[in-house]
Amino acid sequence: MTEKTFIAGFGGQGVISLGQLWVYCAMKEGLEVTFFPFYGAEKRGGVARASVIVSDREIASPLVTSPDSSVVMNIDSLPICEEIARPGSAFLVNSSLVKADPKRKDLKVIKIPCNELAESIGDVKIANMVMMGALSKVTGAVKLDKLEAVLRSFFPEAKHKFIPMNMKAIEAGRAAI
Amino acid sequence: MPDDKRLMKGNEAIGEAAIRAGCRAYFGYPITPQNELTAYMAKHMLARKRTFIQAESEVSAINMVYGAAATGARSMTSSSSPGISLKQEGISYACGADLPMVIVNVARSGPGLGGISPSQGDYFQSTRGGGHGDYYHLVLAPKSVQEAADLTYEAFDLADRWRMPVMILADGLIGQMMEGVVLPPERDLASLPRKGWAAGHQADTHRPNNHVTSINLVPAELEALNRKRFARYDEIKSSELRFEEVNVEKADLVFVAYGTSARVCLGAMEAAKRAGLELGLFRPISLWPFPHARLAELAAKGKRFLSVEMSMGQMVEDVRLAVEGKAPVDFYGRCGGVVPTEEEVLAEARRLLGK
Repeated sequence: MTEKTFIAGFGGQGVISLGQLWVYCAMKEGLEVTFFPFYGAEKRGGVARASVIVSDREIASPLVTSPDSSVVMNIDSLPICEEIARPGSAFLVNSSLVKADPKRKDLKVIKIPCNELAESIGDVKIANMVMMGALSKVTGAVKLDKLEAVLRSFFPEAKHKFIPMNMKAIEAGRAAI
Repeated sequence: MPDDKRLMKGNEAIGEAAIRAGCRAYFGYPITPQNELTAYMAKHMLARKRTFIQAESEVSAINMVYGAAATGARSMTSSSSPGISLKQEGISYACGADLPMVIVNVARSGPGLGGISPSQGDYFQSTRGGGHGDYYHLVLAPKSVQEAADLTYEAFDLADRWRMPVMILADGLIGQMMEGVVLPPERDLASLPRKGWAAGHQADTHRPNNHVTSINLVPAELEALNRKRFARYDEIKSSELRFEEVNVEKADLVFVAYGTSARVCLGAMEAAKRAGLELGLFRPISLWPFPHARLAELAAKGKRFLSVEMSMGQMVEDVRLAVEGKAPVDFYGRCGGVVPTEEEVLAEARRLLGK
């Protein structure tokens, strides 16, 4: 099993955190992982992208150029993701912010209203966690069963009070599929 | 999964490996894409009561490393391409004075200020003695975060053993990406090799002065010193060659690639296999010394080669030198910060093979 995922959104949406947590959990589940972020020189507002690969064997190129799954967090990321998605691959779209449909007809488009779901749980900032729950359900590549422990080491103690909310966001993402 | 496997950026893993190898002093100056390394050292060297100095320039930093190394301390600097250019004078001096040190280049695109994206355009500079004068130093090129940590750790031992700078030549992708890594054990500083040639410590030892310098104004003496150093280079060329081979025996075409490019080639090979095509990879890990002899053996077996690089073609010259016209050697490269894709590398291999 090798799952190559390409994630894109605007700076501040948690694209980088999503990618890091995804591979962190995968590593704890015994998989090989790579995470390669790239963003412009902008301090904020630019497009943030991440190539993430999880696999049960050694990973070749860390760059995702033909993703098995794509995550589109905002409208500016739609053309970027559409250009490289593998035909027939899962194409997860944050439908709260992406109102247009992809032009390509050979993708398995899955719409998740991440922002609305996050707000209903308590904070729009956890829209990325909603998406991660959906990505786990759709791909089956990372179970996320070690996420709670990962979050404990990922965040400083003062932020641990937010962990239950993050876990709810994951569940909401799963349930949205 | 081992419990001690950590998820780290390449830059951070290099820093932690250096600390565990017994790096006593780090001197640096910020530049993207290696900043996390300097930041890591700032935090963790000071926490262990070792020396960290952010110098006022790259030139300053390399000369501080020279000073620390001359006293026998394991010391290190890191930078990225334009900053490494600035350090070349100091590296030449260190090679002339036979000083062990570790220099990390997390390379970016050039020439000039260029860009901040990954590149392998510093191959010539790294492997040909990038400063003035007749010299070489070891150059090791990691392909992953794990290997970046392992080679950095080993670089300190190699530097001490051979009394020369050792360069870790990574690129922006290796520095910035995160992978799982199991770190090597922490060295006890008291267990590090004693250096009888180092300056200082005279109050304890009452021995005569040790003079650490690269200057010698007597031509015959300087020639003798250079010849002695080159005799050591010959030993290194026979004992410190490192490379990895994947599927070269079966392959119709063998990629020659290091670092990130080698990872891309591995991906192209997987895709080739699915299409019923056998491709191989020869991955030099030591770029100097370069594994010429092994490539010559493969050429004699009738292999053909495709050098894949993130440059306009630099290592390909070593490949051609190695095979001495006895096998076809082609080149595929991207530059300016563009990383080749598995798809385009595979397409080039197929074009060459007519398959």
